[in-house]
Formats: sequence, structure tokens, C-alpha cells
Amino acid sequence: MTDSKYFTTTKKGEIFELKAELNSDKKEKKKEAVKKVIASMTVGKDVSALFPDVVNCMQTDNLELKKLVYLYLMNYAKSQPDMAIMAVNTFVKDCEDPNPLIRALAVRTMGCIRVDKITEYLCEPLRKCLKDEDPYVRKTAAVCVAKLHDINAQLVEDQGFLDTLKDLISDSNPMVVANAVAALSEIAESHPNSNLLDLNPQSINKLLTALNECTEWGQIFILDCLANYTPRDDRESQSICERVTPRLSHANSAVVLSAVKVLMKFMEMLPKDLDYYGTLLKKLAPPLVTLLSAEPELQYVALRNINLIVQKRPEILKHEMKVFFVKYNDPIYVKLEKLDIMIRLASQANIAQVLAELKEYATEVDVDFVRKAVRAIGRCAIKVEQSAERCVSTLLDLIQTKVNYVVQEAIVVIKDIFRKYPNKYESVIATLCENLDSLDEPEARAAMIWIVGEYAERIDNADELLESFLEGFHDESTQVQLQLLTAIVKLFLKKPTETQELVQQVLSLATQDSDNPDLRDRGYIYWRLLSTDPVAAKEVVLAEKPLISEETDLIEPTLLEELICHIGTLASVYHKPPSAFVEGSRGVMHKRLPARTGSGEGTESPDVGNVAGGSAPEAAPSIIPSQGDLLGDLLNLDLAPPTTTGPPPPTSGMQMGGMDLLGGGLDSLLGGDIGGSPAMGAGFGAAPAVMPASLNAPVGGGLGDLFDLGGGVGMPMGAYIPPKTVWLPAMKAKGLEISGTFARRAGVIQMELVLTNKAMSVMTDFAIQFNRNSFGLAPAGPLQVLTPLGPNQTIEVSLPLSTVGPVMKMDPLNNLQVAVKNNIDVFYFSCQYPISMLFVEDGKMERQVFLATWKDIPNDNESQFQIQDCHLNSDAASNKLQGSNIFTIAKRTVEGQDMLYMAIKLSNGIWVLAELKMQAGNPNYTISLKCRAPEVSQCVFQCYEAVLKN
Amino acid sequence: MIHSLFLINPSGDIFLEKHWKSVVSRSVCDYFLEAKEKALEPEDVPPVIHTPRHYLISIYRDKLFFLSVIQTEVPPLFVIEFLHRVAEMIQDYFGECSETVVKDNMVMVYELLEEMLDNGFPLATESNVLKEMIRPPTILRSVVNTLTGTSNIGDTLPTGQLSTIPWRRAGVKYTNNEAYFDVVEEIDAILDQSGTTVFAEIQGVVGACVKLSGMPDLTLSFMNPRLLDDVSFHPCVRYKRWESERVLSFIPPDGNFTLMTYHVNAQNLVAIPVYVKQSISFFESGSGGRLDVTVGPKQTMGKTVEGVMVTVHLPKTILSVNLTATQGSYTYDNGTKLLVWDIGKLNPQKLPNLRGSLSLQAGAPKPEENPSLNIDLKIQQLAISGLKVNRLDMFGEKYKPFKGVKYITKAGKFQVRT
Repeated sequence: MTDSKYFTTTKKGEIFELKAELNSDKKEKKKEAVKKVIASMTVGKDVSALFPDVVNCMQTDNLELKKLVYLYLMNYAKSQPDMAIMAVNTFVKDCEDPNPLIRALAVRTMGCIRVDKITEYLCEPLRKCLKDEDPYVRKTAAVCVAKLHDINAQLVEDQGFLDTLKDLISDSNPMVVANAVAALSEIAESHPNSNLLDLNPQSINKLLTALNECTEWGQIFILDCLANYTPRDDRESQSICERVTPRLSHANSAVVLSAVKVLMKFMEMLPKDLDYYGTLLKKLAPPLVTLLSAEPELQYVALRNINLIVQKRPEILKHEMKVFFVKYNDPIYVKLEKLDIMIRLASQANIAQVLAELKEYATEVDVDFVRKAVRAIGRCAIKVEQSAERCVSTLLDLIQTKVNYVVQEAIVVIKDIFRKYPNKYESVIATLCENLDSLDEPEARAAMIWIVGEYAERIDNADELLESFLEGFHDESTQVQLQLLTAIVKLFLKKPTETQELVQQVLSLATQDSDNPDLRDRGYIYWRLLSTDPVAAKEVVLAEKPLISEETDLIEPTLLEELICHIGTLASVYHKPPSAFVEGSRGVMHKRLPARTGSGEGTESPDVGNVAGGSAPEAAPSIIPSQGDLLGDLLNLDLAPPTTTGPPPPTSGMQMGGMDLLGGGLDSLLGGDIGGSPAMGAGFGAAPAVMPASLNAPVGGGLGDLFDLGGGVGMPMGAYIPPKTVWLPAMKAKGLEISGTFARRAGVIQMELVLTNKAMSVMTDFAIQFNRNSFGLAPAGPLQVLTPLGPNQTIEVSLPLSTVGPVMKMDPLNNLQVAVKNNIDVFYFSCQYPISMLFVEDGKMERQVFLATWKDIPNDNESQFQIQDCHLNSDAASNKLQGSNIFTIAKRTVEGQDMLYMAIKLSNGIWVLAELKMQAGNPNYTISLKCRAPEVSQCVFQCYEAVLKN
Repeated sequence: MIHSLFLINPSGDIFLEKHWKSVVSRSVCDYFLEAKEKALEPEDVPPVIHTPRHYLISIYRDKLFFLSVIQTEVPPLFVIEFLHRVAEMIQDYFGECSETVVKDNMVMVYELLEEMLDNGFPLATESNVLKEMIRPPTILRSVVNTLTGTSNIGDTLPTGQLSTIPWRRAGVKYTNNEAYFDVVEEIDAILDQSGTTVFAEIQGVVGACVKLSGMPDLTLSFMNPRLLDDVSFHPCVRYKRWESERVLSFIPPDGNFTLMTYHVNAQNLVAIPVYVKQSISFFESGSGGRLDVTVGPKQTMGKTVEGVMVTVHLPKTILSVNLTATQGSYTYDNGTKLLVWDIGKLNPQKLPNLRGSLSLQAGAPKPEENPSLNIDLKIQQLAISGLKVNRLDMFGEKYKPFKGVKYITKAGKFQVRT
């Protein structure tokens, strides 16, 4: 008696037969018929035509039959919504059944029927079930809320189910708690801004209690939920860690990994000198190792996560190298991941072992794996300097095997080793040259050509070798063609006498016979360089290249931090932030590791809130949304700095322009062969150094004071400078963080920037450009970043601004859109400047003129504002304002009320007149502003407020 | 959460689909089948596949693919663990996990899947709970069912579902009360050409078969618990007591279950029970080669090594082998290039040896790769790590149970490089 009999009849009359059986009077026959229907359904046959007949069987005491009918309903109700209504009555009745199993079953099934008409009827039974006395029913109902939310989110909110669900977190039964957490997490995923899972120490405590008692799956949900919490201080963090640690010994690997996630995140807050910190580190290794003895699929996910953990905290697994050794019958995806981790863990202490293993792997069968193993040897050489020699000799051994793909891989990695340790291993070049003919892969050919070009002076027959490649120039891939072009130009610069013919040949091949614009452009650039200034060409083409770093394959720290918060998820498998790929995660929150703080302190300072904790969509307004338009605008502008304020020597302008023009091309030209290194940066980065000193000399505040003194009033009150804010978070700009403010010092408007490099690579080639703006602000010189900005380095720059740039009205008026370029990319952000920096020093006005102007401006243009909570007397206020070039023209006292009349002149000649009313003892001032261009009033008022309150 | 499940056989036919949310067209499996085509072996299909709208997470087990479809961010391990649970459930209910068995019990599998997940959330995955709701098929029951018209579906709430010990049902009764424990240790090791250990570790499992009435509370202690520093437990084990006293204290599930798994990877503790002397060489001319393998006992703690088997994946260019074994017999499959030498018991006096010539396909070059040897072995009544159970005590019930412990050591992934 097996179910296979249900598949035996596949005739056309099958449906008819089933119909008859379903309507049979005999219970047994009915049940058998429903079973047949279900069996057909499971293999994907369409049996929806039997809908009314199956639904008729629903009202029965037989639980099995009922379940079978429910199974059918769930599958087909969607396609037959009108018929599905027939089932509603039975459902509602079942929800009242004395047997909790049936109550739960009914509410569970109803939730699975994705038909609006049914969901309407679901609300009442669901409400009752959520408060049912039986926890089994409650936990089923909790999941049902998530189902309903998926079908009709509005309904769930209107009916207040979310609140009931939140209450279930404090339920007495751990299983109910776990399901409530799971349901809320799922709902929260589609509700980015809701505070559904608003965790506080009390609810955390409840979750931790439930954690010990609920099922393994519940533990996963609870742990994942805990991971979203940010403890208040290190003590709380430690106590959570202590209670989570036992989960590391769970048999379910998903529980283990979720626990690892919580620990990795909360550990961040513990002081490193704490004993517990060390204990915790030790406790993390064994469970991770254990994961590797599980099934290969589990191993794969574990390995992808270990890869992240090893990058974040290498100390955890540094003694566990051996568990990552590859077994020959591991699936290929496990092998490749293990190899990756082996390299990450390689150090001087274990390099001998690792190399022996890698050499072993290089003789395996699987080509992909062998290739990666050979590459790994190269990476070891770059990572562990002491081993470089050993690695090189291992690679040479492998080349001797003459196995084609091994040789090619070896040559590719040897090129990298040359880049890392120049002038050390060039003796092997001869061996490499022997294998020239066997290279058939573009990458290997390109690498070999690079080597020949780079060391042309040491290879006697370099010209012959390159010439041999030139014969089939057109059949080569672009990569090889570009490399060949560069190599021959290098050769020419090194041995100009013998190779003139060769270089002409390659230049004409590249420029005349090729359709590839990259190749043609590079060809022309070389051609012109060589024909105009061979010395310069030499400097450019043979420039010293920066060493490549072993860290090039590491994940960027900001991304790594985010991924650590997502351990155990798909994001961690793909090593991409969830926002980058998860469909349907509308507005994923960016998670970051908590900062290490002392007790009782907030973990994130508020002024960086929009960078760190806040949800990304909220932070978005500070980044210009439509990059395309702006880019267009920016491109319309001349990229050379405006030559207006002061006389910047034209030469430097040329240099800058030249740099920008060539920047991209040259980068790819020289950097392309070695993986986009900032080779050009070194050469051209020096150019801006010739900029006029008059512009970039930092004008100190002291000078500003002097000016003020000279201004007459004699109060050393500096102009108001707003505090620096983050304009461009590192996450948006591939690791470049920009914060800054604006200031007016000695009549010069300055943009004061702080550039921080949070990426792994060096940043160079900084340049800045503004979009057209309301007051024609434009950089008066290039961005002075003289030295390349290393990882984790910060530099402060002040950029003098002029106000003669192109004008376009912005909204808000003081909005400024900025583009910053470096060797990595171009980034856009927008910021708002205080309008006070546009107030010029000659803003004083004769009393009569003031009066006349005040009268002259129509009353419609007057706007009134309130400044609250300000405790200054009129003199102090007047002094303070004068510091920001707001000049008091007259003062009147009427009935204990001081009236200050003030004038401001903007850089574009607009006058703003103001009347400030202040009453002794009243912290609230009234200010009236009159101006011919009333749009500025709001901004001016903001300045008043900022100046007076600071 | 888990959206759908497809069961796929090695030739790529989908023979079962189950959807826990809306129906996902089975065409989604095409991405998987494509990846399967690319993979050399079914084992090599990547477990996580990204499609434009879904994620496919799959496992390969018992020659079947269990493929789940998910749409939102779900921990992949959670899905993989669950899929293994499905496979175990089928094994547990029907004695084996195969396409035929699933097809024969299609409706019951379907019902079970429905009980295991609700809207993608795990509902009941403990075999005890499931068996209370849906009774496993037995010949007797199917006869009774046809005669009386009763069903396989339980109509009361499973008792384990809600108690704090979900793994055990209430009211268990046995006439013979017995508790057996199996300590099974597998040696994973890689030895290099010269026989030096490159890597070795022991994967231990304490399996249990407990048939005790009522609610027994057991305590299992070891002679040398210090060996165990890396353990994972069945949820029934009280972690606190392990932490403080190094004893396993638990209320066991009813029937068979895995009590604990552990891991010993301190090199000095891992004894290697056999040594292998081997040489596989090919003539420079490329016409053939020689194979010579000898296996002998090493650290066996005085026990006999049984069930020794050597498996070699020979290079693809091998045409035929001509070998003689001094003990046991060998088979060579030219399709898979798999050489299997079944030795049986190791006799320390007379070491088994397999030697002879290999011939290559005409004109084939000398093979580049070095084939590895895979060793299989078994040692009865020995846990190679030295782990020993001290005693088992029972509280909470009055009867005297019958107790037993069995030890066995096996080779896990035991490889010798050449």
C-alpha cells in the first residue's frame, strides 16, 4: 500500500474519475480520492478543476481528511477566490473548536489563503487566537500575523495586530516569544522605519530568558534579533555575551553562527584589557572549527563567514591553520574558500606548512583549484616578506613542471612579486622567458610583456621578444595590446637607439589600424609625449611605481564592519552589504559595530548620527540625488580653477587642467597593468605644489582680529564659524570621509575641509568643483592636498573661495553642491553654508542712507522673526554681530526696549537692513529684516540666530 | 523565510514541490539545473545560488537535491539545517531517503512538510513531536487503518510541543527499560608521502538509544572529560552542569538521538592506527606505471583493525591495471577510474600488499597529478581518543534500567598523499 498507486492513472478521464470519487458517500473512498488529488498536486499537476468537490469534503470530523483539504485549499484558493469563500464558514467554526490543535490549524490555514475576501474574515478569529489560553494557538497566531501582513499590511496596522504581537514578546511561554520575535523581524524587514523591535534592557532580558528555553529555530530568531540591539555600556554588553556564550555548544550550526554574530558585535564594546575579552576570544575558536566538520554545504557558509571573522579578528583562529587544509574529496566550492582563508591566516610562524600544502594542491586534478593554489603562493610571498624567496623558488619549481596553466598562473603572480620586491628576484626572468611560447592566456601574456617591458634593460633580446608578440598584434586581446604598447614605449625610452623602428611600428598599429578607442588614445598620448618632450615622457612612463600592498584583497573596513553585523546571513555569503542585492528589502538599515565606550555613554555621538546609526534613506538628502544632472552641470564648467581672486599663475592652472584631462587616461595607462595603482598620482600629485602661496597660506584667526580692530569698534570678536559637520560619509564615497565648515577670515571666504581616508588604499589626485550656486561661490584655487592620503590618515585643508563663479538660484538659497574627485572616483555631496560668510567688511552705512533705504524698500519685503532664549544685552549682541560683519548703525531705547538698527552687505551687493528689538529681562528678541531681495531674509535670520547663540 | 521546497533527482527531474507561501513556478529551478550542468560532480553544485528574484539554497544528500527557494534575507545555515532535517525526517519515517520512498509516500511526506514549517517558520521538527501528529507507517497500522477506517493523523495536541522539553512526549511506557550509548569516533587525517601526519583530528559522536518509561532524568559521566573541550550538545543537555561539573545531565528524547558531538584536534592526542607504504609512479616515456601499496597497523591500542579498504582515484588516462593482492580483493572501475582494494582484517604478522602495473592509454602523456589514497577502517571496542564513559545514573523514575555502552573507531576522511 503505497502512494505510488495514485500516480498510476494518467488517462484523460482522470479528473472525471476523481470527481466521482470525491462525491462518493463512502468516507474511505472520499479520503482516498483527496489523497490522489494531493498526490497529483505535489508533482505539479493542475487539479484546480476539482476545487468545489474538494471543498465539499472539508466539513468532516476526520482530522486527516480535514488537513488534506486544507493543503489543497492553500494551493488553489488563489486561483478560485469566489469558490474559496465557501470554506470561510468552516474555518470560522473551527477557530472556536474546543481542540486547540484544530483552532490552531484553522487559523494557520486561513492565513495561508491569499484571498482578500478570506482575510477579512480572518481578523476576528485571529484576534481571539492571539489571546487564546493555549500557548500552541498563540504561537501559531503570532506567525499568522506575519502572513496577514504579507497579504495586506494596512489591515494588520489598522486592526492593531502589531501591538498585540509586541505584547507577545513578554508572553510566559518561550515558544510564543520566539515566534513573536520571528514574526516581528519579518514584518520589520518590509517596514524599514518602524520601531517594531524597539529593544530596551527589559525586553532584552525577556529575550535572553526565552533563549534558554525555546526551540533551536526560536533561538536563531532571538539571537538575530539580539544582534540588532546596541547595549548601553560595556557591562551590559558583557552580561549579554555571558548569557549567549552557551549557545556556541548547540548542535544546530545556525544557532552557533547567530551566537557568533552577537558575540562578534558586542565584543567590540568590551575593553581589550578585560580578562573576559580574552576568555571570549578563546571560546569563539572551537565552535567555528566544529562547523567545518559538518556537511559541505554548512561548511561553505561557515567558511564564507570565517573569512570575514578572520579579517576582523585574526587572533581568534590564528592557531587553527590546519583545519583549513584541503581534502581531495572536498567539493570545489569548499576547497576554494579554504584556500582563501589559509592565505589570510598565513604568517611567518606557519608559512612553511602553508607553502608545503599549496605546493601539494598545485598538483591536484581540478584546474580551477590548481590555479588558485598557484596564485595563493604568490599572495603568500606578498603577504609574508620572509617567505618571498621560498615562494619564488616554489613557483619556479612549478614552472619546471611545464603544465601549461600552472606556468601561466605562476607568471601572473611573479609579476606581482616583482612589483612588491623590486630588484630582488629579477634573476628568474631568464627562466620565465623560456616559457614565452607556451603562454596562450591573455592575462599571462600581458604579465609576461609587462615584465619584459619593465626590465627591458636587463633582457638582452627584449626587442626581439616584444617584436615576436607584435606580429600577431591584431589577434591579441585588448589587455595584451595595451600592455604591448606600453612595454615597447618603455623599451624605446630605455634603449632609444635600437628600437626606433619598433616603437613606430607599434604606434602606428595602435593609432591607425585599431578600432579600439582605448588603445588609440593611449597610442596618441604616447606619440605626442614622445614627440614633444621625451624627457617628460620618460618621467611619465618610467615613473617609479608605488609598491603593491598585501592588503589589496581585503574587504574595505566600513564594509567589513557592516558585514560582521550580518554574520550568518546571505550578505555574509556574498560579502556584499544587504542593500546591494537583497530584493524586497526596502531600505535596509545599515548596521555598524558599536563603538567601544565607557559606561553610561551613548555609543554614537549625535553629530555623526546620520552617518552611522541612522537609516540610510534619511541621510540621503545630504547627498545630491540626481547625479546625472549635476554631472552635466559640472562638466559644463571649466575644470580648471577660476582665475579670478588674486592672480594665480596661469602655469598652475594649466597643470591642473592637464592633470584632470589626462588623469583618467594616464591612470589606466600606467596603473592598468598593475591593477589600478595610483602611479600617476605620484607624478602629477606634485603639480599643485606650485600654486600661489598667497592663496593657500592659511590666514590665521589673529589676522582676522587685527582686521576687526582696524574696523573701528575694537572688540576682538571673531566671525562666527559653525562647527564642522560630516558632509560626505565614508560609506558613500568608497572610504573618503569629508567633513567641514565655512569661515570668513580677513575678508577671504574659506571652506575648511577635513578629509579622512577610511579605505585601505592610498588616495591621491584630489580636486574639487562646485555646481553653480546662488552667490556664485567657486574655489579660488585647487584643493591643496599635497601628499597622498594614506589609509586612516586625516588631513585638514582650507580652500579659499571666490564669489565670482556662475550663478544659479538654489533651494535652499545657501545650498552648495560639491564634487570631489580623487584617484578612485568622483563623489558628490551638498552642504549649506552660513550666509554670514558672504557679509562683506564694508557693510557700514550712513544713518541717513539707512533711513532712506529702509523707507524705500516696500513693506511687503519686510519679514519678522523671533529669536528665543538669548541672554545678551544690546551691546554684547552688537559686538558679537559685528564680528560677523553685521554693523550696528544706530541704537534707540524706547520704554526699556532696545532697538538696534543694523546693516549688512552681501558679497553680491545686496543690502539687508535689520531692526533688532530686545527687552531687558526677556530672552526673546524680535528681528525685522528688510531687503530688496526678500529671499535672503530667512538665511540672514538663521545667521543672526547662530551668531547670537554661539 | 523558506518559501518553497523542490526535491530533484540527479538527472534533474523535479519530483516533489511544496510551497509554504505563494506558489513559485518551478521554472526557478532552471538556474539550479544550469549550475548543476556546469558542475563536474553533483557534490560540486554551489549551495547558494543567486537568481534575479530568489535565492536558491540546496543540499545534496542521499543522491537527491533538496532545493529551497527564499526571497528575503534568511540565514542560509538555517535553511541548510532545515533541509538536512527534512532528509533525516524522511529517513526516520520510511527507513531510507530516496526518490522511490518519497514517491511511495508522497501524501505523507507532504503532510509532514506542512507540519514542519508554517509560513516558512519551523513549527515541529523534532521527530518525537512529528510522530505524535503523523504516525509513521507500519505494515500493521496500514492493515488496521484499512479495516477500521482510522487514520495516521493524531488528533490531540502533541504533548512535547509546548513543554520546556519539546523533545520528549509524555506517557512513554516500555516493558523493558533500556538505555544504550554508542561512542563513535571518526579519524580525519591527511598523511603525506612519507607517512608524516599533516593534519589529524577526531570527530566524535555519542549516539543514544533510550527506551525508558516516564520522565527519566539521566546523568552520564566520563572518566576523562578533560579530553572534550569542543562539544555540541543535543538541546536536552543542561549546559550549566557541563560547565561546572563536566557531566551530561539530561532528560532524554524517546528513541534514537545524538546526545553530543565532539572534536579532538590536539595533534598529540590523535593516534593514527595504520600506516601506509605506497608508491605510485609512471614511466617517463608515458606508457604506464607501477603501483605498490602496503598497509600495516600502527597505534591500535592492542585492538584489531578491521574493514580496511583502500580507495584510489587513478588518473583519467589510465587504461587498465594489472595487480596482485596478497590479501583481500581489488576491483577497478574503468568508467570512474576508481580502484578499490578491500583488505578486511589487518594481520600484523603478514602485511597485506597490492602491487602491479598500470597501463596508460596509447599516446597519453605522463599524468600530472598524484592520486591520493583514501583509507577506510574500523576498530571495535575502542574510542581512539581514549574517551571512556564512567557511569550512567537515572533519577526521577523507580525502575532499574538496562544500560550499555559501545565504542567504535572508524576512519572518516583519512587520506594518504602520494
